[in-house]
Amino acid sequence: MRRWFCIGLFALACIALKAEATEAAGQPSATMEERLQACAACHGAKGEGIDNPYFPRLAGKPAGYLYNQLLAFKNDRRHYPPMTYLLEYLPETYLQSMADYFAAQRPPFPAPAIPDVSKDMLEHGEHLVLQGDPEREIPACVKCHGPTLTGMEPAIPSLLGLRPIYISGQLGAWRYGTRTAKEPDCMQIVAGHLTEDDVKALAAYLSSQPAPADLSPAPKGSYKTPLACGSEPQ
Amino acid sequence: MTSFVRHRSGRSARLASALLCAALLVIAGDALGEDAAGTFAQPQAELSARGEYLARAGDCIACHTAPAGKLFAGGRAMPTPFGTLYTSNITPDDETGIGTWTADQFHNMMHIGRFPDGGLLYPAMPFGSYTKVTRADSDAIFAYLKSIPPVNQANRPHDLNFPYNNRALILGWRTLFFTEGEFNPDPKQSDEWNRGAYLVQGLGHCAMCHTAINALGGSSESQAFEGGLIPMQDWYAPSLTSNKEAGLGDWSIKDITDLLKTGISARGAVYGPMAEVVYNSLQYLSDDDISAMAVYLKSLGQGSLPQPSASDIPIVESSLLVSLGKATYDAHCASCHGADGRGQPPHYPPLAGNQSIQMESAVNPIRMVLNGGFPPGTAANPMPYGMPPFAQSLSDDEVAAVVTYIRTAWGNHGSPVSPAQANKLRSAPLY
Repeated sequence: MRRWFCIGLFALACIALKAEATEAAGQPSATMEERLQACAACHGAKGEGIDNPYFPRLAGKPAGYLYNQLLAFKNDRRHYPPMTYLLEYLPETYLQSMADYFAAQRPPFPAPAIPDVSKDMLEHGEHLVLQGDPEREIPACVKCHGPTLTGMEPAIPSLLGLRPIYISGQLGAWRYGTRTAKEPDCMQIVAGHLTEDDVKALAAYLSSQPAPADLSPAPKGSYKTPLACGSEPQ
Repeated sequence: MTSFVRHRSGRSARLASALLCAALLVIAGDALGEDAAGTFAQPQAELSARGEYLARAGDCIACHTAPAGKLFAGGRAMPTPFGTLYTSNITPDDETGIGTWTADQFHNMMHIGRFPDGGLLYPAMPFGSYTKVTRADSDAIFAYLKSIPPVNQANRPHDLNFPYNNRALILGWRTLFFTEGEFNPDPKQSDEWNRGAYLVQGLGHCAMCHTAINALGGSSESQAFEGGLIPMQDWYAPSLTSNKEAGLGDWSIKDITDLLKTGISARGAVYGPMAEVVYNSLQYLSDDDISAMAVYLKSLGQGSLPQPSASDIPIVESSLLVSLGKATYDAHCASCHGADGRGQPPHYPPLAGNQSIQMESAVNPIRMVLNGGFPPGTAANPMPYGMPPFAQSLSDDEVAAVVTYIRTAWGNHGSPVSPAQANKLRSAPLY
């Protein structure tokens, strides 16, 4: 009996030792947050953005929009080598999971930027965002990006929570054709009508807006957009 | 025992039956008409399925398909030290592809590096490796390429600097660096070893990166698989023969097959250009073929190169680097790789004892710290864990310090690296 007891104790000790050994080696958790630390370095663990103003907030943007961008970076259609480098050898199913993950996050908004432009220019920005300029064929931003500018499912992004330098950088890239989307490429058409001052005014106004009560994009089909865009399934 | 022989004889048997079918077709041609074509279709389908697999083993897609481009329509830019080459359309389009080629002409291209008109291929096409491919395998790949949808897309002319735009120079290159000849099995080795050697030396064209390229763009057979810096990419392709580099002599077969097939293993993960090879090619190979490659690669890792040369960084400076390096490591790296450098394999590779960190060339560990990266997404590891880039958050001093630390901590035998080395690689091409 005592012998069996000793064997039992020995076996238990072995199990305990084995458990300890396994634990020492450790395994990362299977969460997306753990898998996506490479994204967090520039976009924050929940896509909230970091101090560096060139890297955009991803959290809460519609999954379809985020997926389109991931695919465009992977295939070098949207040109930014550090992103292409990260995504080049990842399957599209994983890109979809990444898009779903960041789309579902709702971290708090950053404090609105304090505009560094004149009052006139800020008002010009507000006018373009809310009314557009039909004479110059510039639709109001809210017509597509939503009355609260939080975008619409599945593929129109929010314009809020972004820094002015990122917004003007992207509008500039659309204007000069270095950022493109599937035809018909509506943002390229719209941005082609903007002047440098328009871009500055839009970046200042949009980045100074406070967080809306609901950060979520509008459900698909909530309103009718004035343009047909290739990035948005019709 | 006989897997290699079986492969070869299997292929011969298939070829023989295909030839027999063809002969019957000729004899019975008019009488049987379309029915005969129908019976011929089956072996042809088998042949092209086998060709598709072999095209995977040859990683043809990596160069001959442009990003988001049509399959095998070419047009991908290949930067070389001699200018930019644009890959060719290898779809069966009559006008712009290989639609009018014969199996003989295709084999000539693979085996001796010549176009149907006798013109010379630039050696960016690895015919120095493909020359080892058997005629039967070449025919299967050709049958597959003939079966894919033709794409009418003209080849873009190469953009090479003088004097490399003169194709006649290739003759000189060939004299120095090209040896024609099908793979010759080594009767002293097992069939599995020979199958692995055939794949590694032939379709796998591993020597294109893992053998040093000299100033003439050639590689010497005497230095086969001894490693080298990949031109234009600024990644170091480690030696496959030295156990101090990527020599796999002391790896288990399981760790090697895991690495090749899934991209991760208990000993380390693939990254940089090797991630492409696993993503587009190796993950699709059969377990038998991957094992055969592992057996052959493990056998290569017997030799060893001299100890890494001593660092030219003064001792005082390198001890400062190590203390800054430990602080940087504990703050940014230890949460995944462990304070003891043991990592959490296979997802977070161990750094202690990791050959790829301690090699004489510090290019790869510096680039991993600067650029981070994901292992390739494979069927066995579809959602890999990524390493964050640190280029935007660490200074040159911190990068040099942390790389110096991981190269020398936990009994690692690497040499210190300088902030200037780290700085230089900030501008390395990412894509």
